[in-house]
Amino acid sequence: MGSDKSRRNLAPLELHVPEPRYRPGDEVDFKEIEVPAAGETRRPDIGDGHDDMRDLAYGLVRVLDEDGNAVGPWDPKLDAETLRKMLGAMQLVRAYDQRMFRAQRQGKTSFYMKSTGEEAVAVAATFALQRDDMCFPSYRQQGILIARDWDLVDMMNQVYSNSGDRLKGRQLPIMYSTREGGFFTISGNLATQYPNAVGWAMASAAKGDTRIAATWTGEGSTAEGDFHSACTFAAVYKAPVILNVVNNQWAISSFAGFAGGDQTTFAARAVGYGIAGLRVDGNDALAVYAATQWAAERARTNKGPSLIELFTYRAEGHSTSDDPSQYRSSQEAEKWPLGDPIARLKDHLIALGEWDEERQEELEKDCTERVRAAAKQSEKLGILGHGLHQPLETMFEEVFEEMPWHLKEQLDEMLAENEAADRVCKTR
Amino acid sequence: MSEIRQMNMIQAINSALDVSMERDENVCVFGEDVGFYGGVFRATAGLQEKYGKTRSFDTPINECGIVGVAVGMAAYGLRPVAEIQFADYIYPGLDQIVSEAARLRYRSAGDFTAPLVIRTPSGGGIFGGQTHSQSPESIFTHICGIKTVIPSTPYDAKGLLIAAIEDPDPVVFFEPKRIYNGPFDGHYDNPVMPWTKHPASQVPEGHYAIELGKANIVREGGDLTILAYGTMVHVVLAEVEAMGVDAEIIDLRTLLPLDIDTIEASVKKTGRCVIVHEATRTSGFGAELSALVQERCFYHLETPIQRVTGFDTPYPHSLEWAYFPGPVRTRLAIEKAMEDVSGDI
Repeated sequence: MGSDKSRRNLAPLELHVPEPRYRPGDEVDFKEIEVPAAGETRRPDIGDGHDDMRDLAYGLVRVLDEDGNAVGPWDPKLDAETLRKMLGAMQLVRAYDQRMFRAQRQGKTSFYMKSTGEEAVAVAATFALQRDDMCFPSYRQQGILIARDWDLVDMMNQVYSNSGDRLKGRQLPIMYSTREGGFFTISGNLATQYPNAVGWAMASAAKGDTRIAATWTGEGSTAEGDFHSACTFAAVYKAPVILNVVNNQWAISSFAGFAGGDQTTFAARAVGYGIAGLRVDGNDALAVYAATQWAAERARTNKGPSLIELFTYRAEGHSTSDDPSQYRSSQEAEKWPLGDPIARLKDHLIALGEWDEERQEELEKDCTERVRAAAKQSEKLGILGHGLHQPLETMFEEVFEEMPWHLKEQLDEMLAENEAADRVCKTR
Repeated sequence: MSEIRQMNMIQAINSALDVSMERDENVCVFGEDVGFYGGVFRATAGLQEKYGKTRSFDTPINECGIVGVAVGMAAYGLRPVAEIQFADYIYPGLDQIVSEAARLRYRSAGDFTAPLVIRTPSGGGIFGGQTHSQSPESIFTHICGIKTVIPSTPYDAKGLLIAAIEDPDPVVFFEPKRIYNGPFDGHYDNPVMPWTKHPASQVPEGHYAIELGKANIVREGGDLTILAYGTMVHVVLAEVEAMGVDAEIIDLRTLLPLDIDTIEASVKKTGRCVIVHEATRTSGFGAELSALVQERCFYHLETPIQRVTGFDTPYPHSLEWAYFPGPVRTRLAIEKAMEDVSGDI
């Protein structure tokens, strides 16, 4: 080819493959993370256009300072009772996670995913939503259900896939679903809930409803096409939806750089779509509450969608199936510059004179006891693989509303097979 | 002759990638968690360290992108081996597979081609629920221009993967994850069997290829023919031994192109045929097999062809073993195929 000669003196191209700053064994200082002072980031008016707030996508909304004080324009000025309730819900999520993780390790179920370090992301946001707003979560927002006082036994029944499981033992643990709880059925495939949330919000708007939708996805899953489909539709139809990106830095073993996090913020995705974008300290429950409240008000007053990046840290493994010490420095969690969301809210309440260490200790004990009691009750309805499962016939129900002939036939086959199993066993 | 080493299926797949990358610098591997971590099932462990980040790397979580860039890389001249973490996650990449990878050669009249491999763990039996258990192979056999491979042993996995990488056309390579660490006879209550006791865990360390499109007769027999692949080969073999029936068991290994000659010869010999797969029944690959056998062996068949499959429901979590086409379902089908129907005619 003619062009080869003319290019002879050009330097060779290089393929860039991102690399996280810290790997196993590395000293962690997180100096690269810029943390603006609490209260520093401005709060635009609800009615401001998305193009008047592009700077917010590169800032960091923070309310709680290092001394536990709430400062700046985003302070939601919540009363002490609400703050205590929020703390209680976050603590309960943590206790619940610990119990269920252990249950998996004890062989009582197949799988579990903790949300340790990210409790504020789900709990504080839920406190800022209306009870009948519809949530389209990913797999790490069990805090939504707990913040809505959902029955722990009911949640555990799902995790144990037992005879009390409202999902009839069909779904992998943690993939809850309850329309009554305003909690959309979790898929297991990634970011699929994002366009679903936008569609629900469009329907609510088309019907002249007052309810809005909120959805959550991890930063890693923003790479999926569904995320971008959702942003496009949300912008085009000004859908009353809150698009949350939980940037917990790690997607199993892939750091945020593999979702484009080295190039820009995830909140900045909003800019390209013409959506209001906020970047928020995800470990600051008051900042999460305030940002959600702001975005909810925008949505509810036909100002359109908002995209909120919640900057946080996945303090533990992705799930019970991975070992984070294989791919990241074990120092990261303790060195995380934005601290622990529960400790920070607790310190705030103490600074207000509305809480103390003794009451915190009591709360922790109480939460542990509540999940212990709930687990005991749930386990009476069975644990995975030990007898008390749903009736066999349920396997064929709800594939369709009405069972077609071929499924009826297969159901009969299954029952016949089950009977034959005894005969076969005897001949062995 | 290269040294023989004991390998499980993960190690055999890892070895196939290693050997291929060593021999051909155009071979590269990528996918979610594939690079530094070496894959969630560890199939690509050590490859980034050995061959560098431009030949073994992590990707964004975007299956459409993973397949799409594989097509572009292949068009450039590389031999990409893309991993889709679970077959259940492959659907966002389907457009790139159906409309691009499978069509480049045809629509450009051979000007552009896509010699790529998509590796993906499939199948259930691990309590993975409906998003970590599917067997979607028949979706791919239905696409014109894609080869579909499913190994059942470490030895086959390595030889077939090397052949897939060296193949000039795109190949979807399903890895039955239930048998990554040991053959599974369907008796889930029994202790897990490791590969160590299975002869096909003796795998040459060096290069060898198993031609795509060639089935393997796992057991010769005269009473009936059983067609199976992947995990089900082991379930069928164990049940046949338990029943003491003289079945000929054919491990298809490649679904497309299919080794029709081996199938036809066997069914014409035995006159009875049972087809076994874990995937759902309707429009499953068993339907295609059944049609082919009926078209070619009709006058030799003594009983109706039987299908043993997963049911036409999403893969359930807690009722996994009621769903899984295990020993009992297999036995009932074999009994039916072996019925003496001559008196009824």
